[in-house]
Amino acid sequence: MSTSTPQRPVAASTTPPRQRRASRIDADILAALAARPEPGARGFVSRFVSSVAPAGAGVGAKAGAFLITVSLALLAALPIVYLSGSDAATAIEALLGGSWGSGLAIGETFVQAIPLLISGLAVAVAFHTGLFNIGVEGQLVMGGLAAGIVGATVDLPGPLLLLACLAAGVAGGALWALIPALLKAFRGVHEVVTTIMMNYIAFNVSRFLVSPSGPFVSETQPSATEKIPLEARLAVVAPGTRLHAGLVIAILLVIAVAWLLYRTPEGFRLRLVGANPAAASTAGVSLRRTVVTSMLLSGGIAGIAGAVQVLGVFGRYYDAFSPGYGFEAIAVALLGALSPIGIAAAALFFGSLDAGAVQLQAVAGISREMVSVVSGLVVAFVAAQPAVLRLLRHLRERASARRAPARPTSARRASGTDPKDPA
Amino acid sequence: MTSPAVRLTGVSKHFGPVAANRDITLSVAPGSIHGLLGENGAGKSTLMKILFGMIHADSGAIEVGGAPVSFRSSADALAAGIGMVQQHFSLIPTFTVVENLVMGRGATGWFSRWLRPLDVKTARERAVGLSERFGFGLDPDARCGTLSVGARQKVEILKALWGGATTLVLDEPTAALSPPEAEELYLVLERLRSEGTTIILISHKLPEIVRLCDRVTVLRDGTVVGDREIDDEARTDARARAGLEADLVRLMIGRERPETPSRSARALDTVLEVRGLGDGGRFGPVDLDVAGGEIVAVVGVEGNGQSELIDLLIGASPTRTGSIELDGRPLQGLSTRRRLDSGIAHIPEDRHERAIADDLSLTDNASFGFIDGAPFAPTRFWLGKRARVRFTEILIERRRVRASSPAAPIGSLSGGNQQKLVVGRELARAPRLMIAAQPTRGLDIASTTAVHEALVGLRDRGSAVLLVSLDLTEVFTIADRIVVVRGGRIVGETSTGAADVDRIGAWMSGAEERTAAA
Amino acid sequence: MDIFSISLVLSAIHLAVPIILPMLGGLISERSGVMNIGLEGMMLGGALSAVAITFLTGDPWVGLVGAMISGVVSGGILAVLTVTLRGNQVVASTAINLIGAGLTAALVPIIWGIDGTTPSVPKIPSLEVPGLSGLPVVGPLFSGLTLVDYGAIALAFAVWWVLFRTDAGLRIRACGESAESADAAGIAVVRTRFLAVTVSGVFAALGGAYLSIVALDAFQAGMTQGRGYLALAALVFGKWRVWPAVAVCLAFGLADAFALRSQIVAPQIPHDLLLALPYILALVALATFVGRTSAPAAVGKPFARA
Repeated sequence: MSTSTPQRPVAASTTPPRQRRASRIDADILAALAARPEPGARGFVSRFVSSVAPAGAGVGAKAGAFLITVSLALLAALPIVYLSGSDAATAIEALLGGSWGSGLAIGETFVQAIPLLISGLAVAVAFHTGLFNIGVEGQLVMGGLAAGIVGATVDLPGPLLLLACLAAGVAGGALWALIPALLKAFRGVHEVVTTIMMNYIAFNVSRFLVSPSGPFVSETQPSATEKIPLEARLAVVAPGTRLHAGLVIAILLVIAVAWLLYRTPEGFRLRLVGANPAAASTAGVSLRRTVVTSMLLSGGIAGIAGAVQVLGVFGRYYDAFSPGYGFEAIAVALLGALSPIGIAAAALFFGSLDAGAVQLQAVAGISREMVSVVSGLVVAFVAAQPAVLRLLRHLRERASARRAPARPTSARRASGTDPKDPA
Repeated sequence: MTSPAVRLTGVSKHFGPVAANRDITLSVAPGSIHGLLGENGAGKSTLMKILFGMIHADSGAIEVGGAPVSFRSSADALAAGIGMVQQHFSLIPTFTVVENLVMGRGATGWFSRWLRPLDVKTARERAVGLSERFGFGLDPDARCGTLSVGARQKVEILKALWGGATTLVLDEPTAALSPPEAEELYLVLERLRSEGTTIILISHKLPEIVRLCDRVTVLRDGTVVGDREIDDEARTDARARAGLEADLVRLMIGRERPETPSRSARALDTVLEVRGLGDGGRFGPVDLDVAGGEIVAVVGVEGNGQSELIDLLIGASPTRTGSIELDGRPLQGLSTRRRLDSGIAHIPEDRHERAIADDLSLTDNASFGFIDGAPFAPTRFWLGKRARVRFTEILIERRRVRASSPAAPIGSLSGGNQQKLVVGRELARAPRLMIAAQPTRGLDIASTTAVHEALVGLRDRGSAVLLVSLDLTEVFTIADRIVVVRGGRIVGETSTGAADVDRIGAWMSGAEERTAAA
Repeated sequence: MDIFSISLVLSAIHLAVPIILPMLGGLISERSGVMNIGLEGMMLGGALSAVAITFLTGDPWVGLVGAMISGVVSGGILAVLTVTLRGNQVVASTAINLIGAGLTAALVPIIWGIDGTTPSVPKIPSLEVPGLSGLPVVGPLFSGLTLVDYGAIALAFAVWWVLFRTDAGLRIRACGESAESADAAGIAVVRTRFLAVTVSGVFAALGGAYLSIVALDAFQAGMTQGRGYLALAALVFGKWRVWPAVAVCLAFGLADAFALRSQIVAPQIPHDLLLALPYILALVALATFVGRTSAPAAVGKPFARA
C-alpha cells in the first residue's frame, strides 16, 4: 500500500521546527522526481538568460513590443518638434548627437541611464507584487538625502564611508516606503494615494533640511549639504566623461533583482501575491509580510538610486537634484515589461533622451520637457498594449479561420450545407 | 396555432476554436415552462445569453412572438419582453431592493434621467404590490447584501418581471437553494405560468425538469440532441417517470449513467478533531471528527458557515474559540503554511479566486506551497526551476492534464484541466486531511469523475477527506458520512447509507433542529 | 495681524476650491468604476489652456471655456485608454499625469517664447454681492469670492443631486459597484463610464483653471503642486460621498491657508515643513479613519462582455 505520509517525528511539530527547510511532499512523487532524467544540461549563462526572460514568452515578441512602443511614442511627440519651429531631421540629429555622437555624449547617456535603471528596478519590484509604488521619486530623494547627510557628517575612512552612504541611502528610501507599506498591509489603504503623499512630504522635508534655517545646509552652498570627501565618492570609470562606478552598482542590481524575482522563494512570493493575492494567501503566503517586504525592497532600491546620484554625480546632496527620475522610472519599468533586462534597455533609451535633451534644446530649440512627454506617451501605449494584443489575436484567429475552412471556427459558414442532423 | 413565444433557428456561436452552440433550433410555446437540460458546458447558458442579447450569435435567427428580432444588448431583449435570471446573482449588494429593481429602468429623456428625482415612492409601492401578488414577502428597503439566498433569488425574478417581461429565462435557479426553498420557488414559477408567463428553465437537475416543465430540450456539446414532451403521466406514474429520466440521462451524457466509485468505508483513527471551534462571530461552536479512510461531506445552503469552517481549518482566519487537532497535534495558532506542512491540503471552492494565478505558468501554479525548503528551495536564496518543471510534468502525466507545456500560462487551459492540476498539486502534499470545497463545480462529466476518483483513492489510502459541497448528487456519490450546517453550526449528521434526502433538506432549511446525532 | 480672521477663511476657500473641483471629477469617475489618478495632469492641462485662451482673447471667461475643452480632451484620452481599450487604470492615468506635466511645460516656451512662468493675463474678477459685502465680520467673504467659487459649490450640489437622487446617478453608481450587474440591467456600461471619465476631466481642468486665472493670473510649470492627488485623498477619506469629501477639501484648504498665514505671523516656524501640512494631514487621515470597504466595488476592473 502506498500510504505516503513522510516519516517525520510526531514531536517535531509541537515545537515548530526552525531548521524546517523541507516541504511536505508525496514520497511517490519525490521518487519519480529523482528518477526523472535531467533535461539536457545547459551552461550557467543560458540558464540565467532564460530566468531573466521568464516562462518561454518570446523574447522576440517582447523586443518587438518595446520597439513599436518607443517608435509610436516618438512619432506622437513629433508635433512638439514642429511647433517648436524645428523639424524631424534636425531633432533626430541633435538627439543622437547629444546621446551617442561622441565619447562624452555616450558617457552622459549612461550617466542619465543609471538612476533610471536603478529606480526602474525599484518600480518593477513593487509592480510585480501588484503594488503601484508611485512614491519612488520621494524614496529616491530621501535615499539621496540620507547618503548626503552621512557623507557630510560622519567621519570614516573613504571606502567605509562610501558603504555607509549607500547603506544610508537604502535606509532612507526603505523608511520612506515603510509607512505606505504598513498602511497597505494593516489598514488596507491604497498605496497609490499614500506613496504620492509621501512624495510631497519628502520634497518639503528635504528642502527644509538644507534651507537656510535647516540643520544640514552647507556653509558655502545654499540648498545643499557639505561636500562628501572625494575618496568616499563613486569614482569616474571612463576618463574624460562623468561616467562613474554607479554603473557597476546598477548592473549588479539588475542581476540581483532578476535573481530575486525568478530564483528565490521570496521572489516567487512577491510575484504570486502580485498575480493573485487570495491564491497566495491560500497557499500559505503571508500577504502582510510580502507587501511590506516588497515595498521595503522597492524603497531601498530607490534609495540606492538617489545615493548613487549624490555619490557619483554631485558629490553632495542638492535640493531638487532629481528632475523626476522616480516618475520617469515608471515609464522605464513598464516599457521594460517589468523584466530586469528589459528595464536596462528601457533605461538606456530614456538615458539617451535625457542626455540628448540638452542638445535638443540648444540646437533645435525644443524644450527638454519633451522627455517627460515621451515618457508619458510610452506609458500610455503600454496601457493600450493589452488591447492591441487582443486585436492582433483576433485578427490572427480570423485569418487562420479563413485559411482552414474545415476548422470549427468557421463552421457557421458551412452550417447551411452541413448535413448533420440533431438527434 | 399561435406563434411560439420564442423561436431560435440555426443559432451558432464560437469562442475562438471552441463551438459553444452549433446550429441550435428551439421553439418555446407561450405560457409554458420549457426546460433546457444539459451537462455543464453543454452550451445552455451561452444560448440563453444570446437570446438575452448579452452575447451575439455568429449566425442564426431569433423570433419573439413571431416577429424576427436582433438584440444588440440586454436592453433590447428587455424591451422585447424577455427577462433573465442569471446563475450568478446580478444584484448589487450595497443597493436596496427597490434600487436594484429600478436600476437602468427609470427614465427616458435627458431631463427626467439627469435632473428629475427618481420616483422611489411609486417604485416601492409597485414592488410591494408585485411582491404580494406572487407571495414573495420582500422588504423593498432592505439592502440586497443582507438578504438570504432564497430572497435574493426572488428579487432577481421580481427584477425580470419589473420591466414587463412576458418570457422569463432562469439559469439554474435552485443551484444554491435548500430543498424547501427550491420547493417554494417551484410554486412561484407555477403561479407565474398560470398567469400566462412563459418560462425557460435551464437546469441539469432531472427531478426539477420533470416536476415543472411542459417540454424539455436536451443539449450536449453545443447541439440539440433531443426534445421531449413531459405529460402528467410522467409526473405521476413512477415507471413512466423512471423511463423518461433514463431517456433524458442518455441524451444528456450520451451514454448510461456512469458507475459510481466503490464505497469501501473503513474508518481508521481520527485524523481531524475539532472541538468547540468558533470564529468569535456568527460561526460556531462546532464539533467535528473526520477519521482516516473516510469522506465526510459538509452540506448546507450556501453561506451557512462552510467557508468560515474552511478558513478556520486552513488558518486563513484566526481561531477565537475551541481547538483543531490533526493527528492529535493542535493546529490553532499555526500559519497556513505550517498547516500545509503538517498535512492539510485544500482544493479551494473558487478556482480563479484562490487556487490558481491565471497569468503564471503551470510550473509556477504547481509550486504553490512547495517553495519553502527541499526539494525545490534548499536555501532561502535558491528556488530551483528545472526540478519544478519536472514536478509539473509528473503532475500533468499523472492527472492527465491537457496542456501544451509546463511553461504555458495556466489561464490558457480549460477549467477542467486547471482543476486537475490543482487536484494533483494538493494530492502531492501527501495530505492527512484533504479539504475539497465544491471540487467539481462547473466541470464536465469526465473531469468530475477524475476528481471523484482522486478523492476516493486518497480515502482508500487512509487519509481523511472533508468534502464541502452544494451538490447532493455528488455527496451521495462519494461521501461516507454527511453533516449538515446551518447558521454556522452543525445541525444534523447521518451516514450516507442511512441518509434520507427529505430529512437533510429539513436540516438545511431549519425545519428540523438537530436530533440525537448518530 | 491675527492668524484667525475672516480673511483666513476666505483664503481657505480659495485654496480649497481647486481641490474640490478635481475631487468632484474623481468622485464621478470612481463612482462609475474607473480609478482616476490622472487628475493632476488634467488640472495642469486646464490651467495652461485657461491662460492661453485668456491670453489670446483677453477674456478670462472664454479662458474658462478653453479649460473645459482641454478637460474633455484629457478626460476623453483617459476614457479611451481605460474604458474603450480596457488598459490598466493606474498605468493609464499615470500616463496622463506625465504627459500633462511635460506637455504644459513644453508648450509655455512654444507659445510665449519664455520658460517657466507665463506673462500675466486678466483674472476672473471677484464678485461684490450687493448688500452682503458691507456686513461686519463676514462682509469680506461676499466681496472676495468670484462666481467660480459659488459655481464650485453649485457643482458640488449638482454632482450630489445627479449621483444620489436621479436615474442617471443610479446607473453610474451601478456601473461602479458591478459592471456585470449593470450590464444585465440593460445599462450601457461602456458609454456611462466613458462619459463619467470625460466629465471628470472637465472638473479637473476647471480646478486647474481656478489656480491659473482665478487665484493667480498666470501659468507656471507644475503649479498644481499635487492638488490633484490631495483631491484623491479627500475622496478616499470622504468615503466617496460628496459632502464629507467637500469637508475634507475645506480642511486641506484651511491647513494650507494656515501654513501661508504663519509664514507672515510666525516666521520662526519653518515654511517648508508647514507646506507639507496638508499632505501629512491627508496621510494621517488615511491612516486612522479609513476602513477597507468603502470604495465602489468595481473600481479598477475593466469591463468587457464575454
